[in-house]
Amino acid sequence: MKIAIASGKGGTGKTTIAVSLALAADGPVHYADCDVEEPNGHILLRPVLDQRREFALTVPEVVEAQCSGCGECRDICRFNAITVFGSTAMAFTELCHSCGGCFLVCPENALTRGTRVLGLLESGRAGTIGFSQGTLRVGEAMAAPLISAVKEEAFLTDGLVILDAPPGTSCPLLAAITGADYTLLVSEETPFGLHDLRLAVGVLRKLEQPFGVILNRADLGDGKTGKWCREENIPVHLEIPFDRKIAEGYAAGIPLFDCRPELLPIFSSLLKEISR
Amino acid sequence: MKELLIVSGKGGTGKTSITAALAMLLPQTVLADCDVDAADLHLLLSPRIREEHEFRSGVLAVINPALCNACGTCAELCQFRAIRINTTAELIPFSCEGCGVCARFCPEGAIRLQEKHCGEWFLSDTEYGPMIHARLGIGEENSGKLVSLVKKRAREEAEKANAAWLLVDGPPGIGCPVIASLSGADLVLLVTEPSLSGLHDLKRVAELVRHFKLPMGACINKWDLHPGYSADICQVCREQAIPVLGTIPFDTAMVDAVVKGVPLLQQAPDSAAAKAVRGLYEKIIQLSLSA
Repeated sequence: MKIAIASGKGGTGKTTIAVSLALAADGPVHYADCDVEEPNGHILLRPVLDQRREFALTVPEVVEAQCSGCGECRDICRFNAITVFGSTAMAFTELCHSCGGCFLVCPENALTRGTRVLGLLESGRAGTIGFSQGTLRVGEAMAAPLISAVKEEAFLTDGLVILDAPPGTSCPLLAAITGADYTLLVSEETPFGLHDLRLAVGVLRKLEQPFGVILNRADLGDGKTGKWCREENIPVHLEIPFDRKIAEGYAAGIPLFDCRPELLPIFSSLLKEISR
Repeated sequence: MKELLIVSGKGGTGKTSITAALAMLLPQTVLADCDVDAADLHLLLSPRIREEHEFRSGVLAVINPALCNACGTCAELCQFRAIRINTTAELIPFSCEGCGVCARFCPEGAIRLQEKHCGEWFLSDTEYGPMIHARLGIGEENSGKLVSLVKKRAREEAEKANAAWLLVDGPPGIGCPVIASLSGADLVLLVTEPSLSGLHDLKRVAELVRHFKLPMGACINKWDLHPGYSADICQVCREQAIPVLGTIPFDTAMVDAVVKGVPLLQQAPDSAAAKAVRGLYEKIIQLSLSA
């Protein structure tokens, strides 16, 4: 079972929920932090990370001595990552999407495979929980390939997989949730929460993947998010009221059940409910 | 004209609420919402749309099944695993990056590239000045390009209006849309909250802003939810020479304003949070005059 925790709007409590689900699991479980721009799961789970490697894209490097400046590589590149300057091609590798087109068209064998590091992939354990995360290199724009790498490694593990997705509704979200068996969208009872939830629901419907909603800080706001979910026949699995103790615990990196142990059975039964 | 960009690293720290509150205080302002994949500023500023435009960017492969003999060349060459072979080749649209390699190498000429409609952008009017905002299509990529477009149009509008300020609500994170938002900013305001996550994410976004050598200041929202971490954040800011321009207390008036769909300073002008935002505004003005 692969469960993704996503939201549209940021700061709704994705990481708190994702970590709690991992802690509530009965059998083998793996938590994967797919929010590579701002990974925070490690703050709550405090894992021991014993494996670390750089994750890189393959990008072209021009061997000037062999390049005739014909421009084939420039013409196939749709990302403006190659230009021809005088009699030789020049690669702007930070724009490269690693489609491989330039290597295929170069008639002179003048391109070799270089790399552009997107970030770090780390894994280890937090107690009985398997843990992995990606961390985007500061200054790097392209998060999606690193997210896919984190997810695919997690998919290789046995048992329950919890994917902590990034906010938003564009390619980083898709990279994190595509292929999940179920997605939990964490939202709030505010117009921001509802607006961004509707966008996230649009993505899930387009992907044709099953999903449900958790309403966090459910007593702050206008109640319209839950109402909308009911009108749309979207299951609301859980409503968590605003609780200063939970907020203070989160601030200090203390998982939910250490502040509110009475919530543990609720998350256990939520996992069972989703697994059915 | 000065360009003030609000970012946060971590989502949900209060970027949009603070942007809307500042919109009421800054004189002669043009507004831009650069959080194009979850744009919320319009929910507080009730813009009246003056112009709506399509956003087209990039291409998508289109496979003609009548010409395809399922040879599999396209699927083999596609680095994005965006094509699967059944009785003919089939595109998985969400995975296609529009690189065009499949179309170039299809021996049957069965694949063409089609321009993609990725969303809309709007020029609107608000009580507090013209606003440029956008809506990225569901699950689309190219959000960085849409951000750049929004900023370009907003700058044009600001020049036309002879504006004193361009106030930009930025996206969360540190990736492509944030990098696109940063270009050309005169001052970047980092909105954080007193938690280990808030501090962790603040450090990363500050590193990004420093990477682009832009001036920045910080603001701690909901500072009293954990005064200890607020002190830690101030300490880190001191070490990194980032001025703390404001501290805003946790105030349900902020939530009330979002629910009413108006800026905080309209909903609750005398609230503790509103007073703190006025203090933030004063510091921003001081800093921009001294720069």
